[in-house]
Amino acid sequence: MTTMTSVKNAVSRRSFLQGAGGLTFAVALGAGGVQVLTPAQARAAARQGQMSTWVRIAADNTITILTPGAEMGQGSMTSVPLILAEELDADWDKVVLENAPADPKTYGYTRKRRGRVSQSMAIVGSRAVMMYYKPMRTAGAQVRKVLLQAAAKKWGVPASQLKTEPSVVIGPGGKRLTYGEIAAFADVPDKMPAVTPGELKKPANFRLIGKPLPRRDIPGKVDGSAQFAIDIQLPGMVYATTVHSPVQGAKPISWNEDKLKTLKGYIGAVKLKEGVAVIADNFEHVMAARTELQVKWSKGKAAGYDSESALMTDYPKKSADPKTKAKKVDKKGDTDKAFSEAGKVYKAEYRCDYGYHAQMEPLNAVARINEAGDQIEIWEGTQAPGRSRQGIAEALGFKTAQVIHNQMYMGGGFGRRSRTDYTIEAALVSKQIKKPVKMIWTREEDINYGMFRPQSFQHLEAALDKSGKLNGWKHSVIGDGRRLLTGGAKISKYYKVPNQSIVEQSAGKHGIRTKHWRAVAHVFNVYAIEALIDEVAAAQGMDPLEFRLKNVPLTAKARRVLEKVAQMSDWGKKRPAGRALGLSMTERSGSLGAQVAEVSVDRKSGKIRVHKVWTAVDGGVIVQPEAARRNVESGIHYGLSSVLKERATIKDGSVQQSNFHDYEVLRMAESPEEVHVEFLNRPTKPTGLGEVGNPGIGSAVANGFFALTGKRLYHMPFTPERVLEALKA
Amino acid sequence: MVAFTLNGKRVSVATEPDTPLLWAVREHLKLTGTKYGCGAGLCGACTVHVNGKAVKSCQTQLSEVEGARVLTIEGLSTNSSHPLQKAFVAEQVPQCGYCQSGQIMKAAELLAKNPKPSRDQIVAHMNGNICRCGTYNRIVAAVERASKEG
Repeated sequence: MTTMTSVKNAVSRRSFLQGAGGLTFAVALGAGGVQVLTPAQARAAARQGQMSTWVRIAADNTITILTPGAEMGQGSMTSVPLILAEELDADWDKVVLENAPADPKTYGYTRKRRGRVSQSMAIVGSRAVMMYYKPMRTAGAQVRKVLLQAAAKKWGVPASQLKTEPSVVIGPGGKRLTYGEIAAFADVPDKMPAVTPGELKKPANFRLIGKPLPRRDIPGKVDGSAQFAIDIQLPGMVYATTVHSPVQGAKPISWNEDKLKTLKGYIGAVKLKEGVAVIADNFEHVMAARTELQVKWSKGKAAGYDSESALMTDYPKKSADPKTKAKKVDKKGDTDKAFSEAGKVYKAEYRCDYGYHAQMEPLNAVARINEAGDQIEIWEGTQAPGRSRQGIAEALGFKTAQVIHNQMYMGGGFGRRSRTDYTIEAALVSKQIKKPVKMIWTREEDINYGMFRPQSFQHLEAALDKSGKLNGWKHSVIGDGRRLLTGGAKISKYYKVPNQSIVEQSAGKHGIRTKHWRAVAHVFNVYAIEALIDEVAAAQGMDPLEFRLKNVPLTAKARRVLEKVAQMSDWGKKRPAGRALGLSMTERSGSLGAQVAEVSVDRKSGKIRVHKVWTAVDGGVIVQPEAARRNVESGIHYGLSSVLKERATIKDGSVQQSNFHDYEVLRMAESPEEVHVEFLNRPTKPTGLGEVGNPGIGSAVANGFFALTGKRLYHMPFTPERVLEALKA
Repeated sequence: MVAFTLNGKRVSVATEPDTPLLWAVREHLKLTGTKYGCGAGLCGACTVHVNGKAVKSCQTQLSEVEGARVLTIEGLSTNSSHPLQKAFVAEQVPQCGYCQSGQIMKAAELLAKNPKPSRDQIVAHMNGNICRCGTYNRIVAAVERASKEG
């Protein structure tokens, strides 16, 4: 296997398209799908500074494929180009990967939303493989066709008589030309051949997709050579760190510059929108300046806000108040009728606290302004390189072309790194002090000035018809988060309840920064939905699996994953004393998952322990099964950490937590001894896998806790205090 | 000026002696495999060996390593040949990878003193190292593999 020791950032502009006796394919992804550019188009694009090569085939058989899969641990840096390599029939061992430049017009996937078509490189919502699957296959097939046609011309035979083996074209009588040999004489045609869907490989013929191939980023992650933005070293580089408003949304008015000036190595300070950056010659000096820095702040937007009283008192009041502003999320049938004619009605209310991302790599970026002050080079790890580059340009009053962008590995993203406010700060500092700068937020800053998964309160009602079938469903979710509150609330993707009314209510503005967080609203919505289903099942004296299979109108897909997870977990089998199972299901980014957790509880301390987790996922075609399995395992752990431990609270507008001692996350001794993930391997197009593992774990644990104790948990996370309270209830 | 041995080479750093070893190694000596995660000794991402013992380099002052042998992930082996590095690749452990240098250095300390640890011993030893991608089970599998194949 060719391992990548470092991810180079595309080719140098000048060498673009000249190659070394090789072939360069420039492929643009446009609204109409994939378009391989003609050499003239590609040269024009290169002249405009747009790097638009996707694939380069060198005479030595090395094939370079650009990867737009921003890597934060999910593996899509490898899996996206692997899809192209599959249809190209490339020898994967000779494939080298390079990061695609931050240029969504060329390297973005096409997204249609609310009638708008746009191109994006944002690796969010588990999109990478899902969005790039079709265009990458088509592009690979087109490039292969060019190679076939070139070989056919050379041999004087029709291309239809040729076939390929990895990186070799095979002709009549077993004649062979390697892709490298072809690249040495062939040209990229002016008009690239069209590829119809029928010409793509049949899944049975896949050599790469669905095989347990290793990820390309892993070797560099066991020897310390993998480069994150925080690792960048530049000549003459200085260091910056920040203090942001302790009350979210406050602006700096003044600070003790006179004192800072006396400090060793201190260079200066830069006023930011909601913070102050201090700059010094090395990191220890900048930390000393940070300790000394005292800022006078304006009144923050969040001043006076108390998250606990909002969640415990205000939200339920507002939720029950018909005057509260509400937005429809989904509506089907006649809910009023379903409830008025119901055999039985059940209601429950659920809460969930704020969640912080706690990605391992604190937010940071490196920026270097040029001498003329009209170009900035950026090193950062971002989930959205296109948007970040544009944002930096806007903040500096530059055109996008004046921002040179280097994508680095991300030490975790989880939704936080799709908004790169920290990089903009680094860029502003570099521009102002005219030096290359490494800006690092401390962990304390990362939490204090965090962007949180919003807290929420939910009111749910379920109506059974006279025969006991689930016939009516009402769900309202309230908080301050708008579209961050509604994901996962639409149950119709798997539960075809005929009468449904799902709404999002606004609790007003708290002034707290909120953000996507691995599946965001699914975390609390799926928890509430699946906990209520479990409660209704228990009230009928039915097993929760049996109730779902018999009394809930399921899609065929839902039935399959439920049956699969039941088989995996041996659902009906008796568990050891003191343990019980909970069941849940989750839809996220097109994938459907069903989950079973085996739990126990220490009734003295209130600590819940999750021993085993089984998860069945229908994610369509699985491109890299081993990486995908680990991605789902990751979701399960990330979810469990949130469900059992993580809570951010805000008092008088200030975040109360500051590091891992008071924002506790799951540690090894608390993680399940066994985590089993299986895919249904359906032949449908791939769907997202990065966030299907975590939303269901809350209800799986809560439902297991009920099976064990007969008590319900209505507030996430299930901290020992809340567990003890529930046990007393 | 503080002098010590870093991955077998004599080095010296001219900065305040109370500077955390982490920043001396990363920013003065430019070995960036050791990571900053919390700066408070809570996450283990900065784990290195000092005289064979795993320590949190964010909580170790430069002055404490005067004359000591410091080993970072870069010095653990040549060509990733340490049994743990091979096992972490074989088990495809790292995801985002940011905590993994610390995980490997912490596990290396365990295997050096206890070549055949039980699962419980591995978990107890590794519990101070946080991984947010949830690779814990894979780490256990890799340590067990390294223990067998090492």
